[in-house]
Amino acid sequence: MNLSKSARWGLTAITGIVLVFIYFPLLVVLINSFNASKVFSWPPTSWTTQWWSKAATNEGVRSALLTSVKAGIGATLIAIVLGSMVAFAVARYDFFGRDSISFLVILPIALPGIITGIALNASFSTVLVPLGISFGLFTVILGHATFCIVVVFNNVVARLRRTGSSLEEAAMDLGAGPFQTFRDVTFPAVRSALVAGALLAFALSFDEIVVTSFTAGPGVETLPQWIFNNLFRPNQGPIINAVAAALLIAFIAPVYLAMRMSDGPSRVVQVGAEP
Amino acid sequence: MSALATEPMTSPPSGGSSSGSAFLYRHPRLRLTGLLTAPMLWLGVLYLGSLAIMLVAAFWSTDEFTGQLIKQPTLKNFHTLLTGQVYWVVALRTLGIAVAVTVIDMILAVPIAFTAAKVVKSRGLRYALVIAVTMPLWAGYLVKGYAMETMFINNGVIDWMLAPLGLKGPGLGIPATIFSLAYLWLPYMILPIYAGLERLPDSLIEASSDLGASAGKTFRGVILPMIVPSLIAGSIFTFSLTLGDYIMVKIVGGTTQMFANIIYDNVGVANNLPLAAAAAVFPITVIVIYLLAVRRSGALDNL
Amino acid sequence: MQRLSRLFTITAASAAVALMAAGCGSSTTGGGGSSASSSPTGRPAPPAMTAATAVGEGEGELNLIAWAGYAENGSTDPAVDWVTPFTDATGCKVNVKIGNTSDEMVTLMKTGQYDGVSASGDATLRLIYGGDVAPVNTDLVPNYATISDFLKLKPWNSVNDVAYGIPHGWGANVLAWNTAAVTTAPTSMGALFDPNSPYKGKISIYDAPTYIADAALYLMRTKPDLKITNPYALDDTQFAAAVDLLKQQRPLVSSYWADYTHQVASFDSQESVLGTSWQVNVNLINADAKVKVDSAVASEGATGWSDTWMLASKAAHPNCMYKWMDWITSPKVNDQVAEWFGEAPAQTKACDVATAGFCDQFHALDAAYADSIYYWTTPTANCLDGRGDICKDYAAWVQAWTEIKG
Repeated sequence: MNLSKSARWGLTAITGIVLVFIYFPLLVVLINSFNASKVFSWPPTSWTTQWWSKAATNEGVRSALLTSVKAGIGATLIAIVLGSMVAFAVARYDFFGRDSISFLVILPIALPGIITGIALNASFSTVLVPLGISFGLFTVILGHATFCIVVVFNNVVARLRRTGSSLEEAAMDLGAGPFQTFRDVTFPAVRSALVAGALLAFALSFDEIVVTSFTAGPGVETLPQWIFNNLFRPNQGPIINAVAAALLIAFIAPVYLAMRMSDGPSRVVQVGAEP
Repeated sequence: MSALATEPMTSPPSGGSSSGSAFLYRHPRLRLTGLLTAPMLWLGVLYLGSLAIMLVAAFWSTDEFTGQLIKQPTLKNFHTLLTGQVYWVVALRTLGIAVAVTVIDMILAVPIAFTAAKVVKSRGLRYALVIAVTMPLWAGYLVKGYAMETMFINNGVIDWMLAPLGLKGPGLGIPATIFSLAYLWLPYMILPIYAGLERLPDSLIEASSDLGASAGKTFRGVILPMIVPSLIAGSIFTFSLTLGDYIMVKIVGGTTQMFANIIYDNVGVANNLPLAAAAAVFPITVIVIYLLAVRRSGALDNL
Repeated sequence: MQRLSRLFTITAASAAVALMAAGCGSSTTGGGGSSASSSPTGRPAPPAMTAATAVGEGEGELNLIAWAGYAENGSTDPAVDWVTPFTDATGCKVNVKIGNTSDEMVTLMKTGQYDGVSASGDATLRLIYGGDVAPVNTDLVPNYATISDFLKLKPWNSVNDVAYGIPHGWGANVLAWNTAAVTTAPTSMGALFDPNSPYKGKISIYDAPTYIADAALYLMRTKPDLKITNPYALDDTQFAAAVDLLKQQRPLVSSYWADYTHQVASFDSQESVLGTSWQVNVNLINADAKVKVDSAVASEGATGWSDTWMLASKAAHPNCMYKWMDWITSPKVNDQVAEWFGEAPAQTKACDVATAGFCDQFHALDAAYADSIYYWTTPTANCLDGRGDICKDYAAWVQAWTEIKG
């Protein structure tokens, strides 16, 4: 759109400043990953690459990464299924209590993680543990899925509202049954919204520490928990800077690809622009 | 629950579909039930049930010595919380920090979201900008937290940078906590605003300036009212995340306590689930009232 | 095994219920209430459980709660590893959860997901009476024989001469100071409480309710009028005095530390130059060589810890836990842990293999010194010094600690 030159310059300048604000601490992380001091002391007086080589050979970080990916995928899959089910119900049907449902879906993410964590912990130990199901990766996935449903729901419901139901009606009129309509019309229309929702759900799960700490059993260590535990070990702190820097770099490509697939960085995209 | 009204399909399928499919077609209510059963079991039973179990515990007490739950109803926990001055002080402090964090994030987020959604012309650059804003989410909460400590601590990065000017940073404490939380939650504010702005047709803004409105007036009169739901959506994140945070304040807060510390110290440390559950009523109330208040604004669709 | 241990738990729990119902809640802490059911403070006997009679094959896994530095597997420093050799020797794969405070350890143990814990004295009795840990048959732990006698069957690790764990090590909370900033070495705890302290805003204090006992110990020496005899047994007046002292201390404090890396960073950055500390922190700060830190036990005496490895009553891997308790108290390993952490080893023979001078530095074999430390203990309404039900219980300590921090 057209803006005056000064407005354009002003906005660009502010954007630049905010980006510096965002990236400066990450730069500190990167610099500290080469800082020879064990306690992040500043300014660094000597340099080392030992944290990177230690991170590369550390088995704990690899198994924690694997646990986090498993938890993230598990939670995301559940969130995709449940989130899109609610989204279809809310967008395509009118029924008593519809508003309350949107409210209910949002609650787990709107309430602070510590509350979700305590509540799930209390109910798991009163219900699941007596049944012989102990705390483990499974309970972490249950916990994460609970607050991930909302992001899938919001992406899909926005898409469904935007596309309306006329295409589906047309398919039905032309003789397609609900399953065929879903497969050939509805699903392609919401596919990119699902990808965006799934990405966000995975991201939420991947960086979660509070709910995780209340729902994980012994021997289950997600990456944030590994980082947490290592920060509290002498001599081990700086290794996490190397891990964090490596993760950032490793995630740029998949995030970018996922955004391309979802046809835009935000969930709101015209159907006509589907690739 | 009843399925009504908006059922669009009027003619039966003329063939090519399975019998199950046709059956479902003829029974929209059944379809709705099918769609809602699993999610409602999860959210309505698992989640609300868990919250209920926790809230019931707020009326119990623990054996002071062995820490076993005593499941006899009592209002003792609420009495302790309501009469202890310290709890009020901490609650108000926490609300203040949450408001400050939210305001800072709004101020920072609007210009960058506007630039990404409306100023940048090339699609590639727009993606790059949004990715640049969301990337820090992948760096990990704790890693960023300790980066903040390195920055704010005495003789840390900020002191080191200010030293040539003869100045000193604020050190660890409430300002460092506000800054760090604002930093951590910023992407959660930028994304909904970006989405809201992207939806906003350019023509509306252009019409406003064609009609002679200044940039400032266009912003206040046209853009701001349209992105209010997005701002509220972002504020739900910043507010709720701040109310629930107890780790960052331990890292950069010096001697500061926030409300979630009271909850955590009781449940995670002192093993007093009942008192923690009673304390949890405060953030739950604040958030639920806020959600109900903004429900009509459409903000909840923007999360 | 899982089913067996559940059965065992059920038996133990029903036995406990039967005991209490029969009114057998005899108080173990003199001066207790008359009828067990009406007195909230009279302490009933711990749930009845019998110790194992034999150690069988390891179960292949072991879940531990430990103080940082107690169960090192080489991930902190490849050279510091006594977990991997244990796994190699026994086939028990060890998962370690670090507990930052005693309260956190008790909370974690109550989840029933762990096999054992390195509990300090302010956690042990809560675990024993809560039925969270089981008696230990010390005959099944060969290295127990040569553990310092002054650590065996003590009030914090046994009930009625039944051992509930194997002593691991002990030490005192020390005063630590930056030698460049604090030129005259502090000898008294008073340095931490002086409102006109030159180090105002640069003092680092341990973040746990149990720290109230440090203030009480200081008052015990400096305010005889209060008649404090045990820093963990405080009546209303004594408790109020200790809490006031700590509230007055708050403006002096730069940060409360709950995890020790936090204190290390605080000293390294000179945000703090004086404080309460553990020897392990002091060693780490000096290893960083950013600043030079010295430490000493205050002239008022010291609070401290005496840690015990305890076996969870619901342990899924009890054989591995028995093997661990023997492993961690074997002379070489016990010495390794003690030197790494900076405390006195429980195993007397550890001193035979220790670095020269180490055991003397930590008074490892000095019974008189060990007895002079006020070990962390859980405060109860029924005063630990036998004055009756007039003391502040631990819940009050927790709430006061929240208030002190403000």
